[in-house]
Amino acid sequence: MKAVTLAGPPSSGKSAVTIKAIASLKQKGVTVGVVKFDSLSTQDQQLYEKQGVPVTTGLSGNLCPDHFFVSNVEESLAWGVTSGFDLLVIESAGLCNRCAPHIQGVLAICVVDNLSGVNTPKKIGPMLKMADIVVITKGDIVSQAEREVFAHRVRQVNANATILNVNGLTGQGADELGRLLQGAPETTSVTGKLLRFSLPAALCSYCLGQRRIGADFQMGNVKKMAFS
Amino acid sequence: MKEATLELPLAQLLRQFPLAGEFFHTMGLPLPPGTMSPATYFATLDNVLLEDLALARESLGEQFTDYLSLLSTLGKGRSSSRLESITILGGHDKSNRREEFTLTVRPGEIISLVGPTGSGKSRFLADIEWLAQGDSPTGRSLLIDGFPPEPGLRYAIDRKLVAQLSQNMNFVMDLSVEEFITMHAESRMMEDIPGITRNIIALANDLAGEQFSPGTPVTSLSGGQSRALMIADTSCLSNSPIVLIDEIENAGIDRKRAVHTLVDKQKIVLIATHDPILALMGERRLVFKNGGISAIITTSPGERANLKLFEEMDAKLGAVRNALRNGERIESFLWE
Repeated sequence: MKAVTLAGPPSSGKSAVTIKAIASLKQKGVTVGVVKFDSLSTQDQQLYEKQGVPVTTGLSGNLCPDHFFVSNVEESLAWGVTSGFDLLVIESAGLCNRCAPHIQGVLAICVVDNLSGVNTPKKIGPMLKMADIVVITKGDIVSQAEREVFAHRVRQVNANATILNVNGLTGQGADELGRLLQGAPETTSVTGKLLRFSLPAALCSYCLGQRRIGADFQMGNVKKMAFS
Repeated sequence: MKEATLELPLAQLLRQFPLAGEFFHTMGLPLPPGTMSPATYFATLDNVLLEDLALARESLGEQFTDYLSLLSTLGKGRSSSRLESITILGGHDKSNRREEFTLTVRPGEIISLVGPTGSGKSRFLADIEWLAQGDSPTGRSLLIDGFPPEPGLRYAIDRKLVAQLSQNMNFVMDLSVEEFITMHAESRMMEDIPGITRNIIALANDLAGEQFSPGTPVTSLSGGQSRALMIADTSCLSNSPIVLIDEIENAGIDRKRAVHTLVDKQKIVLIATHDPILALMGERRLVFKNGGISAIITTSPGERANLKLFEEMDAKLGAVRNALRNGERIESFLWE
């Protein structure tokens, strides 16, 4: 089985792009399964089911979605292998720009959209900077100039990634993405593999459920801003 | 070259790559002193700072040299020779019927695409955009200057073959026209950016009819002004040799001049349209049906004569529109 991690900011078009690429792969007889990580709720389960794509959803609830993801990624792979998929797409929510879900030796994809603005590539951390493939969506509604500048800014922060434009509505570019997904290395287990970057860290009183505001109630990993 | 480059003092690197300093800015790092080498700088960066910026010390050196190679390829791309021709070898339609054509197009040519929605126009563009080599759903192949393209070109985002302009596209950035063009020119690493910016604004004003100033925010341009600016900007600043124009029938600009602006800049212009004036402006038109190209029609002398007639009719309608705008009656001049 081949596996890929796919991440990107909320509403960037991760699922739309994935669904189009899977449709193209299906025509070639490739079976694909999806594990979808999200935080509070997701409609994507139904979205995938409607397309006949086997999907398992995991909701992180009050945990950091990235930490929840890494705690469940082994089991995700196992599910994919048991289900007999040719390809498993592990889609994670990318709820903060510091997300770092990519794994060494596993094909890593980041989805970003043109509408998020040309300064966005600079603001996204390891999820974008350490991806192998960057998919740029929503190119059909912004000007050519903005598409070119956006792609350029993505290259500035990740000079090595393969960048491609995919339209999640019409599917333009989805065949090409499908072809790249097929080039993912065989991955039947991630046990013992390394994350490409450390996850966002936090261990403070608020992680443990503290609600009261004030210096006396802040304990553990606490960081203070500078005011001039 | 990699390790050696990293050992050079930054000031020396900046002489060779004037834009290398942008790397530090992009990564959120302060600019190192000119006397310091990037290797020393990366080695001495504060751990807490790196953690906060989500950067890994061990990969910074490689990221920096990758960035320098990006700068040199971009520089090369700008000066690289223009392509001479693109050839599309027919594949098959949705029912697997073979397409019997070999189509070669050259810079400065206008080709119209006609056919109902879903007849395969988008797929045709995707084939060009992705340099199909018999591996797309249509089985078409592309040759550049008569030969299969080098494999790296397929994903070279800064050397995309097709630029697109359509009615649905908008400016989403909150910048003035001048800032906007400057930003685009910077990303293309152009020289004489103020000069280029002035030219583009003048050209766009010429196409739009209604004037706008360099300080106008792009988001407050009218539909016609936006379209005019997009065409002027694409024709002067986009690296792509092919421009697809989709549905600009009602864009409020001089359509004929807009298309000729692109042709003058040696673009291959593809127009998806059923507007008679635009469709007949092409030397040839591709007829799409069932996912394939069912015919290639060369515009005949008779059609050219009709085009003249349509243009006269269009000019008359335009005059009527203006008369209405000015509060005039429209009784007589239709028959003049």
